[in-house]
Amino acid sequence: MPSFLTPEPGLLLWMLVAFLVVFILLAKYGFPIITGMVEKRKQFIDESLASAREANEKLANIKAECHTLLQEAQARQSQILKEATLTSNQIVAESKEKAQEEAARIIQDARRQIQAETERAQRDIRAQVADLSIQIAGKILAREMQNDEEQNRWIDQVLSQIPNS
Amino acid sequence: MNCLRNNIALLLIALSMVFVPFSAIAAEAEDGKIDVQEIVMGHTGDSHEWHITTWGGHHISIPLPVIFIANDGSWHCFSSSRFHEAKGGVYNGFYIPSEGENSGKICETVNGQETKVKLDISLTKNVLQLWIIVVLMLLIFIGCARWYRNKKADSDAPKGFVGFIEMFVMMVNDDIIKACIGEKHYRRYAPYLLTAFFFIFLSNLIGLVPIFPGGANLTGNLAVTLVLALFTFFAINLFGNREYWLDIFWPKVPVWLKCPVPMMPIIELFGIFTKPFALMVRLFANIFAGHAIVLSLTCVIFITCQLGAAIGAGLSTVSVVMMIFMDCLELLVAFIQAYVFTMLSAVFIGLAHQEEHEEKAALS
Repeated sequence: MPSFLTPEPGLLLWMLVAFLVVFILLAKYGFPIITGMVEKRKQFIDESLASAREANEKLANIKAECHTLLQEAQARQSQILKEATLTSNQIVAESKEKAQEEAARIIQDARRQIQAETERAQRDIRAQVADLSIQIAGKILAREMQNDEEQNRWIDQVLSQIPNS
Repeated sequence: MNCLRNNIALLLIALSMVFVPFSAIAAEAEDGKIDVQEIVMGHTGDSHEWHITTWGGHHISIPLPVIFIANDGSWHCFSSSRFHEAKGGVYNGFYIPSEGENSGKICETVNGQETKVKLDISLTKNVLQLWIIVVLMLLIFIGCARWYRNKKADSDAPKGFVGFIEMFVMMVNDDIIKACIGEKHYRRYAPYLLTAFFFIFLSNLIGLVPIFPGGANLTGNLAVTLVLALFTFFAINLFGNREYWLDIFWPKVPVWLKCPVPMMPIIELFGIFTKPFALMVRLFANIFAGHAIVLSLTCVIFITCQLGAAIGAGLSTVSVVMMIFMDCLELLVAFIQAYVFTMLSAVFIGLAHQEEHEEKAALS
């Protein structure tokens, strides 16, 4: 057999030792550190991407929320305005009505008072007139009642003048 | 982009320049004849010294420590340059024969016969290359891991070299390991498979550099791929679940295939060993063949030069073009073989955790 086909025991031994040394050292201090670091970095990048995506989503959500909020606010504003005009109109109408009522009431009161005053004045005048007429009548009577004949005639005359009530 | 193009151009220039000394290595022929087989085998094999070049009949090489147990049980440890200094290349009764059955191995004479020493654990060229790669890997990956100290998940991603390594590691981790084993179990195996991938990739690449800090045919050596396959074998079988073993000893096939004569179980049991064996041979053969082809093409230059100037120049040009092509191909193969080894290991490990996959598929 050619010599290159028979492995030398010396080289075999050295190779075993050398490969074990390099393997143990690199397995402990070499490759796992490099691959571990790359994996860590990859994880970090993945996480960063995920959080960026999340942040973007959140931003979009916030924007949408803002939009809806704005719309809602506008809707509310117009509604409030509408309500306000409605209420003011109502108030104005109500106050007008009330004013009219009040005015009517005042007028009626005034009328009633006027009537009462008038009545009172009439009564007063009547009483005065009655008084006066009685006084006058008394005086006339006191003068006239000096003869009987004339008295009777007078009474008759008065009686005939008084309308039948 | 422009910068990348410049870098690739620079890389190609460096690659072609690096071949000049490679050619010098091949010029080993002493008597004018070139022994291609010896050159190829010599450079793809192991040696006790790191040969750089031969200059004016002088071998210029880096001596390496020789450590072994002799046949009488005694330990020996000395520099390989002793063999050159000693008379006749015999030092203390030990020598390295240059040919024959034991060529390149430390031998001694016992009872008048050439015998290999009991156990040779010398720091050979391949062993030194192995440790260079280990140190390089530790520097690169622990260095990069240290960059992450005091860093949090939200700090910036690394740039430059650390960024490149991180990208490379994550490519292997996600596209090979996680994809083949599955999300649930891959974590336990990721360190081993990553280590195996980068060890193979780095060894393949450094094996393509022909001068000193590289050039050893490490992943094209059966002992190295054997150990790698052994690790994969244990990774597959030590943590295999019930379903995996059931599939081996009682597979879902007609009963006559497994009851009186356990045909399928035997085949499946055999499969346990053939899977890592295939991994071992595939990696070894690919890298060995790549090195052998590049070396052979280099030898073509010297063989044809002996035939005459015209033929030599013509064929050498072809050979250099082929060599550059082969080297680019080998760059590709360096990656592909590391990829294939890791992917198949991951697939086999994934198969040992099959049940969960099916459950998950049924759930989703």
